[in-house]
Amino acid sequence: MMSYKPAVSVRDLRVMRGGRAVLHGLTFDVPRGAVVGLLGPSGCGKTTLMRALVGVQIVEGGTVAVLDAEAGSPGVRRRVGYATQNPAVYADLTVAENLAYFASVLRAPRSDVERVIGEVGLGDHRDQIVSTLSGGQLSRANLAVALLGAPELLVLDEPTVGLDPVLRNELWDLFRRLADRGVTLVVSSHVMDEARRTDRLLLMREGRLLADGTPDDLRARTGADDLEDAFLRLIAEHEESAP
Amino acid sequence: MSVPIILATTRRILAQLKHDHRTLGMLIGVPSLLMILLRYVFDEPVLFDRIGPMLLGLFPFLIMFVVTSVATLRERTGGTLERLMSMPTGRLDLLLGYSLAFGLLTLVQVGVVLVIALTWLDLDLSGSLASLVVVAVLDALLGMALGLLASAFARTEFQAVQFMPAFVLPQLLLCGLIIPRERMASWLEAVSDVLPLTYAVDGMREIAANPDVTGRLLLDVAVIAGFVAVALLLGAATLRRRTA
Repeated sequence: MMSYKPAVSVRDLRVMRGGRAVLHGLTFDVPRGAVVGLLGPSGCGKTTLMRALVGVQIVEGGTVAVLDAEAGSPGVRRRVGYATQNPAVYADLTVAENLAYFASVLRAPRSDVERVIGEVGLGDHRDQIVSTLSGGQLSRANLAVALLGAPELLVLDEPTVGLDPVLRNELWDLFRRLADRGVTLVVSSHVMDEARRTDRLLLMREGRLLADGTPDDLRARTGADDLEDAFLRLIAEHEESAP
Repeated sequence: MSVPIILATTRRILAQLKHDHRTLGMLIGVPSLLMILLRYVFDEPVLFDRIGPMLLGLFPFLIMFVVTSVATLRERTGGTLERLMSMPTGRLDLLLGYSLAFGLLTLVQVGVVLVIALTWLDLDLSGSLASLVVVAVLDALLGMALGLLASAFARTEFQAVQFMPAFVLPQLLLCGLIIPRERMASWLEAVSDVLPLTYAVDGMREIAANPDVTGRLLLDVAVIAGFVAVALLLGAATLRRRTA
């Protein structure tokens, strides 16, 4: 279900880090209930953009509105779920203890802990100390925190990195189910084959948006068969037009 | 400010300690061990009665400084602080959650040392137990607040641990525990007048020597509480919702 008002509305977003421009005036909208893939090579500004969406990034200029409010303003903090690329959970607590803590902070119901453990498939590891989890389990524990409460917008930074294809597939099925319920998802990845599972793609390179459209649009526009090719052609095109 | 978030934070910190048996053992055991050592190193009850209470003020301060500076640095570098800041957590919720957890821990720590000191080691305390516990908890909160502040200036745990000697040892030299402050050069005495540990140690000395709550003790308590409040406010200012 996509409603008229966008879930995310970014206008001329500029971010500086260490005296260097990291985002050079990004402008885009994300419709509600869409799964949007944020793709681009490592270091292109994906994480910085996601931090701006949840309101923890100092921005130089431009506006970032999420769910009709300023990003990070008190009213939207409970309605946005955020999972960083490096797992932000307490290594010395169990999976369930971590989730119980973050659930209390979000004032989410207690039953949410078991629900999200089930959603990310960590049922067998609920009472395991986080530092003893495998890499894939750890990133699922990290994702589970973002699913607590009933977030209307999920900002997920590389949630499937280090996961085997079966688990990756299960998580993309979960993302789709959430979107069908009206949740908007912004998911970053550098794996191009994940791009085909999104409704919309934002291709980034060096702090700029190279393209914004559906996977089919991008293939049609570039005449490429797969998205990896499409991306490479867009880069070549971009470099010709702006040497 | 949200009471449920404060309590949840306290529970979370205590749960972290519960899983870390070694740290918990050292938090409780090391002050007791040092106290026992001190008693037999001096082997002179009068001297022990004078120095013992001062160390009871010092241990919680030192230990909470180290524990908090490392714990909050981990929150900063591990991403959990950023995650909490993207949630409805207030900075004060986090600070009060930490204060409550470490305050409770200090009660246990000081309680164990006191039981050992008063029974086995025959510590003769002139003042009241209650005022001693109050000053010890305030000292712990002072260490916690300064540790939190110090963690903002450390990038790694390596650096954070080294703030202990940097922040604490000069205070220890100047607080009057080693050499009475009156015998220091006047400029050193002036410096020690503005250092919080001076009042922490002085408060304990008052309790050790006087059966009643003296005006000087009340002044010490007020000064320590003031330092705690200022350090917590400065510490709060270093917990940023948005970072570069």
